[in-house]
Amino acid sequence: MRNLFRFFLKQNFVLLFMLLGALSIWLLTKSHTYHRAAIVNTTSNFTGGILAFGASIGDYFRLKETSNQLAEQNARLQEKLYFYEHLNDSLLIELVDSVGFEYIPARVVSNTVHLRNNYIIINKGSKHGIEKEMGLVSPSGIAGIVIGVSENYATALSILHTHARLSIKFSKNNQLANLVWHGKDFKKGIVEDIPTHLSPAPGDTLVTSGHSFIFPEGIMVGTVLEYFEQEGRGLNEASIQFSTDFNKLKYVYVVNNRNQNEIEALLKLNVYE
Amino acid sequence: MNSYAKNAIRFVLLLLLQVFIVNNIRIGGYINPYVYVLFVLLLPFSIPGWLLLILGFGMGLAVDLFMATPGLHAGATLLLAFMRPAVIRLVSGAQSPDTDESPGISDKGKRWFITYSFTLILLHHTVLFFLEAFSFARFTDTILRISLSTLFTELIILLIVFFITKPKK
Repeated sequence: MRNLFRFFLKQNFVLLFMLLGALSIWLLTKSHTYHRAAIVNTTSNFTGGILAFGASIGDYFRLKETSNQLAEQNARLQEKLYFYEHLNDSLLIELVDSVGFEYIPARVVSNTVHLRNNYIIINKGSKHGIEKEMGLVSPSGIAGIVIGVSENYATALSILHTHARLSIKFSKNNQLANLVWHGKDFKKGIVEDIPTHLSPAPGDTLVTSGHSFIFPEGIMVGTVLEYFEQEGRGLNEASIQFSTDFNKLKYVYVVNNRNQNEIEALLKLNVYE
Repeated sequence: MNSYAKNAIRFVLLLLLQVFIVNNIRIGGYINPYVYVLFVLLLPFSIPGWLLLILGFGMGLAVDLFMATPGLHAGATLLLAFMRPAVIRLVSGAQSPDTDESPGISDKGKRWFITYSFTLILLHHTVLFFLEAFSFARFTDTILRISLSTLFTELIILLIVFFITKPKK
């Protein structure tokens, strides 16, 4: 009898292990279909609040760096403003185009760069108008895509994520390619699907294409480091240096494409007709 | 201080240490120590199996909540908890301990604790990094991450254990 009891106790141990194990795998696979936003639940106000507290301590040590970054961005924006102020009417259409995007400033409360799949948590949420599928840009370039929102916080998929894929273009000739990250160096990304007739040189700049409707066109992505030609394939790859320093990410802007819903509705319409 | 309070405090302290300090250690992009596993390593010998599993899973899940990686640390730490009794039996030989004591260096010795902790940490990190990659692609890269991170986790855990152990009189 005692042995039987022991046997059941032992089996209970294995059964409970299998049950909890299945639960972990389920959670894990759910989080891998990232745009289904299983992670919403984990971006709770509770953990967000604790992370924000931790980030606020670290803030004081980076004040100088942060203010430099913002000053640099200010300078760049001043330059742009000057350009738009002296624009003639025929180019005004471009200006009207860019008004479709709204920028919501936010602070990063948690960010990693050393994992295979990195996430950025920011201190703005649904209360501030953040929604899923909005882009995240840093003062120096792209940063991520919002995938989960709670009332006061939001989780974004970092560009440093093996599932992140972004449509980009070469700024010198507008040729399209795709940006991915292979999970090694947080400073370097890979550009795939470069047509063979292009031969990018080191130093060429890459910007967002605007085709994903998440990011406006022309946001800085990075510069080409090395170009790889692949024998017998129609498309080549290149490694690039990100313009954003993900390790120092502190202040970001959430980009809201005011026309996104309209564009998506239009695309759907075309599919069904 | 009773065992419950002691372990509850360990849970909170190790979680905070992991989330705020250790997660910010970035050396070469390969080394991510996960010292929170020390919580499971230090649970008393006599803990019932079901509680061990639930606490292991819970610790992992708590880390997951902060790192936005649902299921990842929970799964790996659950396996660590599951294997713990077997590893204790293996390293202790014939006389398996069944006391309210926590595994430590004071009564078991340094060598025992290092074998015990290293085996379980290696197991935990192997599962963790393969689950994170979610494939066997870039195999050598994953192996490198596992070995470097295991060494660093072991090192930090030993430092903590030496620090919290009262010297024998």
